Amino acid sequence: MKNNSHKSTSSATLLPKCLTGIQGLDEITGGGLPRGRPTLVCGGAGCGKTLLAVEFLVRGAVQFGEPGVFMAFEETEKELTANVASLGFDLAGLVRRKKIAIDYVHIERSDVQESGEYDLEGLFVRLNHAIDSIGAKRVVLDTLEALFASLPNEAILRAELRRLFRWLKDKGVTAVITAERGREQLTRHGLEEYVSDCVILLDHRVNDQIATRNLRVVKYRGALHGTNEFPFLIGDEGISVLPITSLSLNHKVSNERIATGISRLDAMLGGRGFFRGSSILLTGTPGTGKTIISANFAQAAARRGERVLFFSFEESPAQIIRNMHSIGLRLEPLVKRGLLRFHSARPSLYGLEMHLATMFKEIATFQPDVVIIDPITSLMDSGTDSERKGMVTRLIDYLKAGQVTSLFTSLTQGGSVLQQSEAAMSSLMDAWVLLQDFEGNGERNRVLYVLKARGMAHSNQIREFLISGHGIDVVDAYIGPSGVLTGSARVAQTALEKAGMLASHQEAARRKRELEQKRAALERQISGLRSEHEASAEELRQIDEQVGRQTLLLTTERTELGRLRQADVLVAAGTRAGSRNGRGN
Amino acid sequence: MKTKMVKRRASASHRRVGKLWQLRLYVMDTTSKSLTAFSNLKKFCESHLKGRYRITVIDLVKQPQLAKGDQILAIPTVVRKLPKPVRTIIGNLSDTERVLVGLDLRAAN
Repeated sequence: MKNNSHKSTSSATLLPKCLTGIQGLDEITGGGLPRGRPTLVCGGAGCGKTLLAVEFLVRGAVQFGEPGVFMAFEETEKELTANVASLGFDLAGLVRRKKIAIDYVHIERSDVQESGEYDLEGLFVRLNHAIDSIGAKRVVLDTLEALFASLPNEAILRAELRRLFRWLKDKGVTAVITAERGREQLTRHGLEEYVSDCVILLDHRVNDQIATRNLRVVKYRGALHGTNEFPFLIGDEGISVLPITSLSLNHKVSNERIATGISRLDAMLGGRGFFRGSSILLTGTPGTGKTIISANFAQAAARRGERVLFFSFEESPAQIIRNMHSIGLRLEPLVKRGLLRFHSARPSLYGLEMHLATMFKEIATFQPDVVIIDPITSLMDSGTDSERKGMVTRLIDYLKAGQVTSLFTSLTQGGSVLQQSEAAMSSLMDAWVLLQDFEGNGERNRVLYVLKARGMAHSNQIREFLISGHGIDVVDAYIGPSGVLTGSARVAQTALEKAGMLASHQEAARRKRELEQKRAALERQISGLRSEHEASAEELRQIDEQVGRQTLLLTTERTELGRLRQADVLVAAGTRAGSRNGRGN
Repeated sequence: MKTKMVKRRASASHRRVGKLWQLRLYVMDTTSKSLTAFSNLKKFCESHLKGRYRITVIDLVKQPQLAKGDQILAIPTVVRKLPKPVRTIIGNLSDTERVLVGLDLRAAN
């Protein structure tokens, strides 16, 4: 069939859109369905077409003040009302308040005889009457294809459908038309030929006994849209398409740091712990203490008065509380004070997207500052790799958008530390702490190290951590020529070192004593020499004195002698000196 | 009101089948299909149900709310309200054979 009855939609201005109010769908479509145009929603049986259509109308009527007409070809008004009541939609009330009009269209083929020409003007009349009676802006036709079963003449039907879609456009209503998924084409009867503005495909798959619903915008004329498959689910508040948040990277970041509750670990992280709002991955083999470190983190946060949400996919809350009590963590009072909240569920309980939605809901209601998921791996047993990664991405995005610090534990199997899925996941994480076992000496010891911590100077050291009745104690592991030593080997090595140290201390003391003795001897020698020196000096002085005295004596004696011998020599000498002076003048 | 009441009462009522036939013809205004259907129906009734039928013509342009009750989609549509069970024929009734089958008259005659 040619598709010439459609007007080409080449508007340079932005396509006006009609918000559906359905969680996530408006994000994917960039603002909702094309306003004033029909949208085709197709999918197999039980994939949620009718529900999506009903929610589109109800949200329109309740949230956006746009009344809607629901033309049902499969379910009666009563059935429809009952079916959606479980989602909290009060269809009957909306009908009473003239927000929604429901028209059940039904033709039993066996009761109808065809004779001659006809058209479907009756359908138009009914639709028109319903729209005008409540001033509807939205219309749902669910499932129009039922007509193919009721009316024998397909040529007339096709011509009339073409006219119907044209008419809907002219009427300016935003319409949702549901259709069954066909084998080779989108719809069983090729309705996509008539509705070419927007086509949404719903899908319901079962992988490993777990059902997943997916939504994909196949086509959206004149608008950008996410082309991926997005998981969606039908919760007790209707449909929510994930992601709830957009997948762009523009989170706010915080410079605030939060302590881990283990001071040595904080010290390894630049001394102040993790950044607030960062995502932390904690990996380790079984029994390396992931839950314990998580519980420590939870306790520390709750004691600071922060709200902590602990998702446990392995243990029940009571079990965690009991087990943590054995190492001195008292979580129960924190739970009672409402600061710590556990949410336990078996991973196989439902599909990934349902878990994700439950988690989103818990997070939205509890408004935590810290979220712990223990372990993320058991949750990821279901689903494909891409689904898992998508889920973690969405979760992290959602948490980061709310500045929530998240701690994910991840179980690694066997010896290989770096598994592929973890490597993939780690790119989403801001910090990665690795827990590991060291076997040897007939014992198993735990070590931890910080593999990465974005945006902070962190320790490159391997630390041993001990779990005792008092909690966690992180100690330096011995790193020597023979590698990393932990546990008793570390203790033995430390003892050995201590002994060695003692010996060298003693040796040094001995040498010191020797030297001091030698020095004392020298000192003594020096003082002996000094006294000898001083004695000589004294002798010298005495000699000098003696000589002086003798000279003086001699002189005195001479003078006396001279005087006695009429000392003219001195006078004559004085005269000689005076005459010499006078000559000089 | 463009609804026409066409009544034909038989002098010897309830003679053969003993029942009054109540027929409703749903039309849109005076389109050719509607007019053809009305004249075809009248002709048909005159020849098969003379004197014991009543045709109610409902114009959905004037009374769109009436379309819902009889589950009208196609125009024109004839609904046999009586005798029970309700029978529906869509089209301009140009195929008399089909009308006979549709109204269960083949069996009745």
